[in-house]
Amino acid sequence: MIEVRELQKAFGGQQVLRGVSLSIPRGRITAIIGRSGTGKSVLLKHLIRLLRPDRGQVLVDGVDVVPLRGRALDRVRAKFGMLFQGGALFDSMTVFDNVAFPLREKTRLPEPEVAARVCERLEAVGLAEMGRKYPAEISGGMRKRVALARALVTDPEIVLFDEPTTGLDPIMLNAIHRLIADTQQRFGFTGVVVSHDVPDVFEIAHQVAMLHEGTIVAAGPPEQVLQSDDPRVRQFITGSAEGPIRPT
Amino acid sequence: MTSPIRTTGQAGLRVLGEMGRMAIFLGASAFWAVVPPFKIRRTLKQVHFVGVKSGLVIVLTATFTGMVLALQGYYTLRKFGSDAFLGPAVALSLIRELGPVLSALMVTGRAGSAIAAEIGIMRITEQIDALSAMALNPLKYLVVPRLLAGLVALPLLTGIFDVVGIFGGYLVGVELLGLSGGTYFGEMRASVDMRDINGGFVKSVVFGVLVTWVCSYKGYTTGYGAEGVSKATTEAVVLASVLVLVTDYVLTSFLL
Repeated sequence: MIEVRELQKAFGGQQVLRGVSLSIPRGRITAIIGRSGTGKSVLLKHLIRLLRPDRGQVLVDGVDVVPLRGRALDRVRAKFGMLFQGGALFDSMTVFDNVAFPLREKTRLPEPEVAARVCERLEAVGLAEMGRKYPAEISGGMRKRVALARALVTDPEIVLFDEPTTGLDPIMLNAIHRLIADTQQRFGFTGVVVSHDVPDVFEIAHQVAMLHEGTIVAAGPPEQVLQSDDPRVRQFITGSAEGPIRPT
Repeated sequence: MTSPIRTTGQAGLRVLGEMGRMAIFLGASAFWAVVPPFKIRRTLKQVHFVGVKSGLVIVLTATFTGMVLALQGYYTLRKFGSDAFLGPAVALSLIRELGPVLSALMVTGRAGSAIAAEIGIMRITEQIDALSAMALNPLKYLVVPRLLAGLVALPLLTGIFDVVGIFGGYLVGVELLGLSGGTYFGEMRASVDMRDINGGFVKSVVFGVLVTWVCSYKGYTTGYGAEGVSKATTEAVVLASVLVLVTDYVLTSFLL
């Protein structure tokens, strides 16, 4: 479904991605793990062309999105839903209006239908009563759930999750992971989850890829990555301070 | 020896690059302003924010500007035995110059800074990225309504400024300093013509676009974190204010 080929990206002389190649299969959840600041979010943003690489290709259903612009790019982006790290909810809109926003702007659904879908999504994330609140009035965990509802409201084929559980307590972390897994099973989308919450994210992923120093050093089913002999992978998964990865 | 030359050259290139990016930003926004669908409700909301909510500060500024113009003008004109021309002096100063310029500066300080801060915060919290990810054009949603609001609101605010300022001048010139009301308005009517009013109007339209353009651009391209937003807001207000004054000179030289 999504094919990343030799992606390279630098910011102001600092090379972040050094030739990343990865296949993301359709209808599955792929988790991208790695240390903080290693470029996971940068890689994720390339999939939806929020960033343009210096070199390389990103193929979505066989179409390279890198050179696309205007309507052609919009057509590809319409396949995606995205949950940003901080939620990226629109401050000036209520929770209800935030979730309804993609439907109102991208579809011609009548308002009662929009309302019904929004209520269904808010109920699915356990926030049916929060429609009238503003993002500033709800907790961080609730904002993530609203953002998840917004990302899924248009039934996208591909959903990108940028660190959906960062900063959440263990109970909320598991609740969000469960929600992602359940909605993926229910709606069948292709999911890409960027996370450094290991090994929790392994429970929902069908494929795990580890990004380290700008390249993918391991990719495969969770069991395979868990048993990897690569010392960098082992150190990251165990969280050990000893090993080839130096704490910075 | 080449280091100062290189530094100057690099600074010059940076400025040119920034001017180019700003021009592209304005061009793209102007394009999306005329391409449907039109965000009428958003535009009206911005007209309310930029226009209606600036009303009080405009009225206050205009009142005291008119009053001090009359005060200064009366004593200066009296030296030449021309205090009868206080009305035209106040009116022409306001209509041609002070109305458009001070209105633009007040709107820059009040609404322009808020625009830069709001869009800047949206940038650092990835709300602009969220719009792009939804295949929606951020310029259309965030910038075009503000540009149009500036285009609509500033001429109206300038008109209010001119009228209130003239009455401020009346309060001081006629009520306080004893000039005849008939003289004040009579000479004004004889001296002010449509060319003066059109000139002030043209300036206010240009300033309306200028202020909202610069402030939106600075917010849109803000750096990261609170410091980035703070820096963007400050730069927006300073740059917009300076450009208003520079553009005022250029426009005046063409309009006179």
